[in-house]
Amino acid sequence: MTNAADNTIDNTIDSTADKLATRFRDRFSDLLTVNVAFDEVTIEVAAKDVVQICTALRDEPEFAFTILIDLCAVDYLTHGQAEWETSAATGSGFSRGVTDRDIAQSAGGDPRRFAVVYHLLSVTNNIRVRVKVYLHEDAPIVDSVVDVWTGANWFEREAFDLYGVMFSGHPDLRRLLTDYGFIGHPFRKDFPLIGNVEMRYDAEKRRVIYEPVSIEPRTLVPKVIRDDQFTGHDGQQHKPQQGQQQGGDKSA
Amino acid sequence: MTVSNISRSKASNRVVIKVPEIKNYTLNFGPQHPSAHGVLRLILEMDGETIVRADPHIGLLHRATEKLAESKPYNQSIPYMDRLDYVSMMCNEHSYVLALEKMLGVEVPIRAQYIRVMFDEITRILNHLMWLGAHALDIGAMTVFLYAFREREDMMDMYEAVSGARMHAAYYRPGGVYRDLPESMPLYEASKWHSQKEVDVKNQNRQGTLLDFIEDFTNRFPACVDEYEVLLTDNRIWKQRTVGIGVVSPERALQLGFTGPMLRGSGIEWDLRKKQPYEIYDQLDFEIPIGATGDSYDRYLVRIEEMRQSNSLIQQCIKWLRVNPGPVMLDDHKLVPPSREHMKDDMESLIHHFKLFTEGYALPEGEVYAAIEHPKGEFGIYLVSDGSNKPFRLKIRAPGFAHISALDEMVRGHMLADVVAIIGTQDIVFGEVDR
Repeated sequence: MTNAADNTIDNTIDSTADKLATRFRDRFSDLLTVNVAFDEVTIEVAAKDVVQICTALRDEPEFAFTILIDLCAVDYLTHGQAEWETSAATGSGFSRGVTDRDIAQSAGGDPRRFAVVYHLLSVTNNIRVRVKVYLHEDAPIVDSVVDVWTGANWFEREAFDLYGVMFSGHPDLRRLLTDYGFIGHPFRKDFPLIGNVEMRYDAEKRRVIYEPVSIEPRTLVPKVIRDDQFTGHDGQQHKPQQGQQQGGDKSA
Repeated sequence: MTVSNISRSKASNRVVIKVPEIKNYTLNFGPQHPSAHGVLRLILEMDGETIVRADPHIGLLHRATEKLAESKPYNQSIPYMDRLDYVSMMCNEHSYVLALEKMLGVEVPIRAQYIRVMFDEITRILNHLMWLGAHALDIGAMTVFLYAFREREDMMDMYEAVSGARMHAAYYRPGGVYRDLPESMPLYEASKWHSQKEVDVKNQNRQGTLLDFIEDFTNRFPACVDEYEVLLTDNRIWKQRTVGIGVVSPERALQLGFTGPMLRGSGIEWDLRKKQPYEIYDQLDFEIPIGATGDSYDRYLVRIEEMRQSNSLIQQCIKWLRVNPGPVMLDDHKLVPPSREHMKDDMESLIHHFKLFTEGYALPEGEVYAAIEHPKGEFGIYLVSDGSNKPFRLKIRAPGFAHISALDEMVRGHMLADVVAIIGTQDIVFGEVDR
């Protein structure tokens, strides 16, 4: 129950997430930005502060984030770009099936193209937080948190393998999921879904060989962004969340 | 060890035996090995019979589920979820639909929540039976495997009755479950190989509804767990192979990112069903078993007790579901397809149907993380949406991935045969590790 006379709280319900967000702001003030959306707290930190903040989050009893639940990378290229313009009435259709549309190409130099996302859990305090670090496209390097949580080892290897994000100080940054000798980082948005090579057994050479991929890319359902679709169970339009992450918003 | 070099000294004509210096050697284990639980390749550095270092190579089952999901409307990825951890299918779906529902801001009908919880618990038993059978088989106990598969067969029938598929159900949908529980169970038919008399016996517990069939199972199942326990719990060989093997302290379990029975086996009381309840778990009565020593035997005991608890949870759900009919799906046709019947004579339903299947629905821009207590640990979906009808980024947090990354630490200093026991106790399934 909040005091009605307390005019610092303006008619918003102070949820657990908001309270947690306040604790982060009080403790770290200018080191990070805090967002609350969908009842989840996201803190955004600079790449140079990651290890320092993560250590504090793990060790300080008011946080005690002793488990690193997940670590992954995100590629924000093509974020918010639809494949089919539908904001006004369109005269053009969308050809389904095989398309020869070019895959996304980056113009380069985006300071927020990649993000590394850490999901932390505190068993003692029963709270979660998401830590987000944006990385520059030309140098996606961040300090490794293996020394903070041992479990980060493979998660960082996976992020390196699939997105090419480097983790400095990682003891063993090898590829993890892709094939031996794989070229490229397959989960980047500019890596084609069909891949670049395919392999087969060559009976003459009596070994497995790699060849350029022979299938064609297909888009069965175009990616569309509509402004009027966010209706929930109540039939009401859901307002865009307050304090939303900018995501791939290049203006930020 | 190889035969020592024997050389004859010409001068003295005596036999001199040079004992060679024994160095560590490297052993390849898998990927095609019955105890590798699928496709695990291990490079083991060994000192005699003792493991010095283990380097698991994974990714042989990597299907890029996360990338594939980015190219599809949301609903089309539900069947992919079944194929992640392919022994606990519906639990994977559950996490995914929870993430979607969290973003859409919808609440599913209460009956659908009970059905989901009931099938989550059926799935937990399904998973633990697979684990128990395979784990025991790896260590040399054949019978348990046969017993476990006997019970699994009944649960596969429950899956089939409700969704039409024995394994890859695609039954949970954003907004509820695909359909209500059926009023009748399919029956066996007599054939050249099975006489009418034989078939009648098999059909005995299939005369009523699906709920009757499940209830009959839950009445039988505690005795089945007793059977497994008679075979294993006080079995001398079983204890020799699991007690003190793969000990993980509570501190290390947290550091390594363990969740589920792996964390509880180390004595940390953490279960999302209790601590961060989703659906209607907060209205059900159950206990969280925890281990004391953090070895393979304790994890075995934890999982056995979890099966008993799940059985009781299923019974509680049955009790509720019997007396509370109602909708199992939202009535919002922006999200859920209208019924076939309505489509025939209602233009708006037809349009909704067309839009849903050609374009799908869009989620608001933002990101969510939704996790459930999966049989293997915390199974989470991290979803980033840019406001379109396809996920911008879908990250699957698979519990097995964190567990197998700790394999190196767990097997160091153990013997080669214990590697198999430790892979078994981790309950590894490569569908979710590789994704």
